[in-house]
Amino acid sequence: MTLTSVFNRLAMAVLTLLGVGLVVFVLLRVVPGDPVAMMISPSATPADIAALRAHYGLDLPLAEQFFLWLRDLLHLDFGTSISLRRGVLQLIGERLPATLELTFAALVFGILAGGIVAVAGVLLRRTPLEAVMDFVNGLFLAVPDFVWALALVLLVGVLWPIFPLSGRLDPALSTDFYTPFYLLESLARFNWTDVGDVLAHLVMPTLALGLPLAAVIARTLKEALGEAMVQDYVLLARLKGMSETRLVLQEALRNAVGPTLTLTGVQFTFMIGGTVIVERIFAYPGIGNMAIDAVINRDLPLIQGIVLVFGALFIVINIAVDLIADRLNPRQLHG
Amino acid sequence: MADVAVSAPVTVVNRRFRSLRPLLREPRVVWAGGFLIALALVAIFAPWIAPKDPLEQDLMMASLPPIGFEGYEPGYYLGTDDLGRDVLSRIIFGARIALTVSLVAASLAGLIGSLLGLASGWYRGWTDRIVSRLVDIWMSFPPVLLSVLLVAVMGAGLHSVIIAIAIIDWTRFSRVVRAETLAQSSLDYVTAAEAIGFSRRHILWREILPNVAPVIIALLSLEMGIAVIVEAILSFVGLSISSDAPTWGGMVAQGRQVLHESWWVLVFPLVTLFATVLAFNLLGNGLRNALDPVMRR
Amino acid sequence: MTPPLVSIEALSASSVREGGTPVLRDVSLTLERGEVRGLVGESGAGKSTIAKALLGILPETIRITGGWLRFEGRDLLTMPSGELRAMRGRDITLIPQDPQTALNPARTIEAQLTDGLRMKLGLRGTALHARAIELLEEVQIREPDRVLRSYPHQLSGGMRQRILIAAAFAPGPKLVVADEPTTALDVTVQKEILRLMRRMQERHGTAVIFVTHDLGVVAKVCDSVTLLYAGKVIEAGTTADVIERPQHAYTKALIAAGPRYDRPGQGLEPVPEAIFRQLRAELAGTAAKGAP
Repeated sequence: MTLTSVFNRLAMAVLTLLGVGLVVFVLLRVVPGDPVAMMISPSATPADIAALRAHYGLDLPLAEQFFLWLRDLLHLDFGTSISLRRGVLQLIGERLPATLELTFAALVFGILAGGIVAVAGVLLRRTPLEAVMDFVNGLFLAVPDFVWALALVLLVGVLWPIFPLSGRLDPALSTDFYTPFYLLESLARFNWTDVGDVLAHLVMPTLALGLPLAAVIARTLKEALGEAMVQDYVLLARLKGMSETRLVLQEALRNAVGPTLTLTGVQFTFMIGGTVIVERIFAYPGIGNMAIDAVINRDLPLIQGIVLVFGALFIVINIAVDLIADRLNPRQLHG
Repeated sequence: MADVAVSAPVTVVNRRFRSLRPLLREPRVVWAGGFLIALALVAIFAPWIAPKDPLEQDLMMASLPPIGFEGYEPGYYLGTDDLGRDVLSRIIFGARIALTVSLVAASLAGLIGSLLGLASGWYRGWTDRIVSRLVDIWMSFPPVLLSVLLVAVMGAGLHSVIIAIAIIDWTRFSRVVRAETLAQSSLDYVTAAEAIGFSRRHILWREILPNVAPVIIALLSLEMGIAVIVEAILSFVGLSISSDAPTWGGMVAQGRQVLHESWWVLVFPLVTLFATVLAFNLLGNGLRNALDPVMRR
Repeated sequence: MTPPLVSIEALSASSVREGGTPVLRDVSLTLERGEVRGLVGESGAGKSTIAKALLGILPETIRITGGWLRFEGRDLLTMPSGELRAMRGRDITLIPQDPQTALNPARTIEAQLTDGLRMKLGLRGTALHARAIELLEEVQIREPDRVLRSYPHQLSGGMRQRILIAAAFAPGPKLVVADEPTTALDVTVQKEILRLMRRMQERHGTAVIFVTHDLGVVAKVCDSVTLLYAGKVIEAGTTADVIERPQHAYTKALIAAGPRYDRPGQGLEPVPEAIFRQLRAELAGTAAKGAP
């Protein structure tokens, strides 16, 4: 991808984000239901309510509200949360790292597990084990993260309580974190107790998010590997005396990751969406969990901010995937 | 010449419809379809099948374990929740809500998406550009967040859930139907129909739609599975109908709360949910396989 | 007395799928060290089956029903797979048919050229690199340093075939199986590649099995030739003998059809139908003899 096309993509991204922002903005304001009414005591006078509406700018015309919001966005002012009475940017800054650590863990898990299953599946071609693996993989493809999350809750909560089921850190650990990146920070401080605890809390939501991703990767990568394995260059490499494992890893894998990567990118954006419900189920203090609370409380500024962040994440991931795909393709790199 | 042109479209359509019979030879269709028909019958005849009233609370009978466990009370086969409501009866009545939502929501999404997909694939031009741009914007919303948002905006309730699913998931249909329409419109039978002098609209409805229909049917089944999950998620979050009503998602949410005291409140609705989603998925993929082996995702 | 490099004795094979149709019928041939033998026949004649059997890559749809396939006196058909793999790529290598698909698009030329040197000879580091450059110079590739860093799609078909030839001769094999190495190339490039192969073979003293459907190619590069039809040896001998004094009507007809480098069967005169009838009758005769 050339520099200009990256710029084009970014320009398109900004436009799409504007579209997303506009849709949410209008959607939230054209429907009945006054957010201010929800946050004020029943004894408040109409004057109090009007003052509060003016304070949040809700008395202005819709178009003006939108442009004011845009202008503030340019100054990195996302407004103030109505229900939590704190800056939206600050709230997102506290919660987003938790979500990023979770999605990153799930991505790593999905790629590793899916990759291992795909390679094993190709090595086990035409054995009974292959059929078993395909069947199990089919189950993981058919059933979404929501159901897996709850199944994991059952497994760990009732049968085998080895991992914590909620939160991000054991409250008994009294470490003061300077950053919201608990995992990175505890790693950087070599505080292994904290690292272990943060990881333990990550295991369940990571599995719930990562298993469907792993299943998708396993299936597409296995198909692509199967196609690559019958190519002439693999035959020639086999005749050079390479072992089957090496044939898969060295000859076939690099040609098979291209198509898989694109799909992984798409699936990864789905996974970001999946954090909303998975964080809810595991009471994980990320941005998705906060989004649901914000919606339930009709917290307009917070909802707008979170939706924008999600939209931005989608777009960044898509561009990143394209860039990586280009790098992996030698034709594009040198041709 | 005219003879050839007339017979060509007819044979293509006939082949598609005759191919409905091999469906029964596709095991996925038979098993998943059988399960779903049974589930639908259970839902329809719920008042006669369910052993208890799904809403009746009885604190004397609260948190009873299912059959085969110590403390089991006869008649409460799958135990009771912390308010003493019969889990089995709630699952049976929950099937009504789940299947209604999935049928109506998937049909709506299918209707909107298929119409837009047919239009943009057949007429192309600005129709196609607008629809494709809309799909792009839609795809950059996380669907769960969008559904929660829509339901919150419209107010909790079954109608909102159905409308939210339709609004979010029409893109699944429009993308595939558009691609399929594009592919069909380059085939010879369309050229033959044009040569006879049929109108564009006539060709779309009478020649192309019957050939795209199998794809839409398969997608409908997959979408119904998705709708069941979305309804469950919204009930779980507390945005579907009132928490009294027996929804699978609501039961699962409740089960999550009382997990350590009474695991059965979570297990049975979750297993039902699992089986239903799996069945819709298998049915959809089986249909896709049997009806149209070249369909793209 | 040392045994011949390759000796095939009464080798028979049949297809599992098509109701046991024979693909090889009682084929025998020997190959001495340093000999270049052409295996000639139209598609389906069994020449590729023999090559694949030598390389140990027969598809599962083909089963050997009898005979022996010896390499330096040891039976390849019963050799343990570990030993076979050790031998493959060191003693027996392949020059594949299509240079477009036989190079991995995701690996550099250097990596693919030196696989055999690394795995079979244990070369590493600067020695390996120096040897790679030597190999490319040997097949007359200019700017070897640049070529080594390239990916396959950056090179022409002729270049790739030169690289595949270099890779096949790199580990110093005793036998190179060349599977129609020029069919996918332009006529002008074909001649260069044939000359190159002959020179490489002479320099290394390697024996070559040259699979082709083109008698003209055989006349150019082979010492001896075995002509096959429907899995049966029709004629065998030194190239000079077979070309100048063909015994079988089929051979005569093929020679009359003219030495074409590109398309067989589209020569000056097509092989007359009467000859095919005669061939079929002969095959029926051997089949009847073979049956109890």
